[in-house]
Amino acid sequence: MKDGLRIDGRKPDELRKIKIEAGVLYRADGSCYLEWGGNKIMAAVYGPREALPRHIQDPTKALVNARYNMASFSVEERKRPGPDRRSTEISKVTSEALENVIFTELFPRATIDVCIEVLDAEAGTRCAGITAAAVALADAGIPMRDIPVACAAGKVDGMVVLDLTSEEDKEGEADLPIAIAPRTEEILLMQMDGHLTYQEFEEALELAIKGCKQIAKLQKEALMKKYESFEEE
Amino acid sequence: MIRKIVLPGTVIGDAKDKLPGKGTFKEGDKIYSSRLGILEEKGKYLNVIPLSGVYDPSVGDTVIGVVEEVYKNAWIIDINAPYPALLSPEESPWKVEYGETSKYLKTGDVIIAIVSYINEAKNIEVSMKGRPCRKIDDGIIIEVQPSKVPRIIGKNASMLNILKKHTGCWISVGQNGRIWIKGEDEKVNLLIKAIRKIEKEAHTFGLTERIIKMLGG
Repeated sequence: MKDGLRIDGRKPDELRKIKIEAGVLYRADGSCYLEWGGNKIMAAVYGPREALPRHIQDPTKALVNARYNMASFSVEERKRPGPDRRSTEISKVTSEALENVIFTELFPRATIDVCIEVLDAEAGTRCAGITAAAVALADAGIPMRDIPVACAAGKVDGMVVLDLTSEEDKEGEADLPIAIAPRTEEILLMQMDGHLTYQEFEEALELAIKGCKQIAKLQKEALMKKYESFEEE
Repeated sequence: MIRKIVLPGTVIGDAKDKLPGKGTFKEGDKIYSSRLGILEEKGKYLNVIPLSGVYDPSVGDTVIGVVEEVYKNAWIIDINAPYPALLSPEESPWKVEYGETSKYLKTGDVIIAIVSYINEAKNIEVSMKGRPCRKIDDGIIIEVQPSKVPRIIGKNASMLNILKKHTGCWISVGQNGRIWIKGEDEKVNLLIKAIRKIEKEAHTFGLTERIIKMLGG
């Protein structure tokens, strides 16, 4: 921290640069490409479709099956491809976060598959993944209560800041990624590593929710852009 | 008229004087959209017509299905929905003896049928009784997004009639996004191009004129 600015010149409550594009894949029912700082993420949604094998079907609701995967070239040192402990965990928490906003009861016995591919990683991939998946879900026409959005806050150099970069994440004291439904501010996911005092936690949470709301606007713009593009002709 | 595009979670009305219709939900005293689509007011109901998504079957829909499996006294039909549909011999146009189902329809055969029954568990049944149900032996099938089907048919089948008139092809549109076409090769190619154009520009104005122009009318 120098003169109230961070390593990359951002203010404590400033987000990294975000670019969202909806409907980029032809064969998926819904898709999204997202660039968030150094993160590059592709999300695709398939379904609702028949859940197979049949014993995993739930006769009362649809399953939400998210799969988070990091490309082997997404990090500095080659990542061994395939699911590992970390990506299995992120897949699980993402599925649960998304399941809370989707009207799963409308599609009994079906499954909604969400694939999140991290092409390039620079801290905050799980938040970026959920944000991209949400846009892809809306693009796929899945009925939802709200478009979920995720963002992280943390503590670096004794100061609470929004949206950590990888350096800040490694050197900093704490990281708090959250996912919310922006309309109701209902929390869908919350994880934390590091240490925060109670007051700092409150502060970080508020900051992250503020960040989420800014990103929610970008998500909506991206979706509108796809469907309005022809209207002007 | 301005077509208003709404997103999931957008407030679209007050629950005091409106009722939540298709693609919407009520929370507190507000009505919200549950999916991405175009807002439509029909009497007291607020509906959202989806712009994307998979086929959601409803009773009475004409669909084009592919026989997936043959049982001794039933066929399983893929109707491009998240769930397979059942066709029983009583609902077929033939008199089928037990165990002779494969004489009439085999795996991979294509049929035009009507959705006759759906329950809460999304068990679906189709029927082949009456018009326009039949087995398809010729022509080709193309697939489009199911949400674009209403646009391909048009109001009172206006768009469909234009397509038929200008290409002279036989066309049958299933609500599930499968379209059967039969005609001369050149005309069929032109027709497919026209359908793809409709699919791509479904939410725009003046599409009918552009299609007539394209078909050389």
